[in-house]
Amino acid sequence: MSTKKWIGLVLVALALLALPLVLTTVGTAWVRITNLAILFIFLALGLNIVVGMAGLLDLGYIAFFAVGAYVYALLSSPHFGLHLPFWLILPIGALCAGMAGAILGAPTLRLRGDYLAIVTLGFGEIVRIFLNNLSQPFNITNGPKGITRIDGLNIAGMDFVNTHTLFGIPFTGPAKYYYVLLILLLLVIVVNLRLQKSRIGRAWVAIREDELAAKAAGINTRNMKLLAFAMGATFGGIAGGMFSAMQGFVSPESFILHESILVLSMVVLGGMGNVWGVLAGAMLLSFVPEFLRYTVEPVQHMLFGQLLIDPEVLRMLIFGGALVLTMRFRPAGLWPESRHKLEMNEAK
Amino acid sequence: MTEQSKPERFALLQAVNLDVHYGGIAAVRNISFAVELGELVCLIGANGAGKTSTLKAIARMIPSSGEMRYRDMRLDQMQSHDLIRHGLALVPEGRGIFARLTVAENLTMGAYHRNDKAEIELDLQRIFEMLPRLKERAVQVAGTLSGGEQQMLAIGRALMGRPKLLLLDEPSMGLAPLMVEKVFEVIRAVAAEGVTIFLVEQNARLALQTCSRGYVMESGEITLADTAENLLADPRVRAAYLGE
Repeated sequence: MSTKKWIGLVLVALALLALPLVLTTVGTAWVRITNLAILFIFLALGLNIVVGMAGLLDLGYIAFFAVGAYVYALLSSPHFGLHLPFWLILPIGALCAGMAGAILGAPTLRLRGDYLAIVTLGFGEIVRIFLNNLSQPFNITNGPKGITRIDGLNIAGMDFVNTHTLFGIPFTGPAKYYYVLLILLLLVIVVNLRLQKSRIGRAWVAIREDELAAKAAGINTRNMKLLAFAMGATFGGIAGGMFSAMQGFVSPESFILHESILVLSMVVLGGMGNVWGVLAGAMLLSFVPEFLRYTVEPVQHMLFGQLLIDPEVLRMLIFGGALVLTMRFRPAGLWPESRHKLEMNEAK
Repeated sequence: MTEQSKPERFALLQAVNLDVHYGGIAAVRNISFAVELGELVCLIGANGAGKTSTLKAIARMIPSSGEMRYRDMRLDQMQSHDLIRHGLALVPEGRGIFARLTVAENLTMGAYHRNDKAEIELDLQRIFEMLPRLKERAVQVAGTLSGGEQQMLAIGRALMGRPKLLLLDEPSMGLAPLMVEKVFEVIRAVAAEGVTIFLVEQNARLALQTCSRGYVMESGEITLADTAENLLADPRVRAAYLGE
């Protein structure tokens, strides 16, 4: 890498490190919004493995997020009286989600495209309905009431609720979560980039392009598809665990179909298969609605003296419009996966 | 298999009483055939005769019953993704190239099971030499190639696995006559290098002119089996497949 690139990288890193401190001065809410956006990037990158790389259309991805979130909630809340440390629960949640991914993958191996989408959609709903109803005969999930008072993160005796002051700079709870999420996000991005160039990544791409030919090339398509499901789900599980810790509360209504579609939209809008595109798509679809939430009302009050269109309605309208425009003008996404460019860069 | 019915030469591929069913419909009925080492054998027949099903059964892409042997192995007990490791490569019907990968990437996918990087690079150069059109388009996305180039690419990709037996499914499909000639030139060149080829083709005349032996398939059954020369002269073949 050239010196210029290094300087750029250092600047980006500094900006990312300073971001929560700057945002805190605007309002802690924006740090929370940023944290949620990172979680969505997380989810989008996980789904990108399944949809973007392996070409398996999954409409129930949020179920793995739910599995991770509930595993964390059950093992670290007064509900069962368990308070295991997060470094133990997060991997357990990831593992459970990964297994759920394999469980979904196994019976759907022969399905493709629309048919797979329907089954995965059903799977997502099944998980949500289970969470809703597993309060009887034994109260496991506490039903629609959800699980409350989930423990926050606690690293080396430092809790993530109160504000700590370090070098005279106050670090709020959400700001601390931000740094943890940032580290996890970096890990996920690295894993994604490595996967893309690995043997496994190439096998997935081959399966996506032509399954029969992939088999003929010696790829064990069954195992590779299961691996894609399991890996994507694992990321969802980690994100779910973090979600539980951050929110302190989970209930089935956080894991509705709408969320699955939102994550899928991020992948499609950004550019399936391209890590940076997916990242950008996730940021766009996370921040724009929040931005609207804070601007639409004042602007309407200013212009018309009253609220004519609810921000929520406008949000969906813009969402739909953006997706239609993307499909029309950039069908491969805003920043599509460019195999050609990749090859040229490697040749240099 | 009894001793008497074994062919005299070494059969690289042998199928005995092969059956393929799709649900209740029989696509391939009780057929037996053999391909010997170094041969170029074709399987001809009309649309829907069961040719592709036969080839897919050999490549273990669809379930079948009956015994199949490849070298000293029970082919019918093997899994499709293991075949290339043992030198059995399939060029699927409709070419099956990886459209969004580059030509070079497509070719290296053919060597997916191999770890010998230096040798893979050598094979890649060898294939570029044999198919110069592919070299010109090495960094081009394969979906942008013409049909004939895609067929060449599919064959090249299969060769990257260093096959002993190459299964070709309708390499002439959807190609202009001039391109068909070129593809068959490549097939002859591959055969000349010592690769055994089992070719499924609708273009009976061209297939029989290229191969040494042929099987004729009709509604799931093998109705004729002879040398290519005899089949070309056979009045039944002439009437049904050569349009005379």
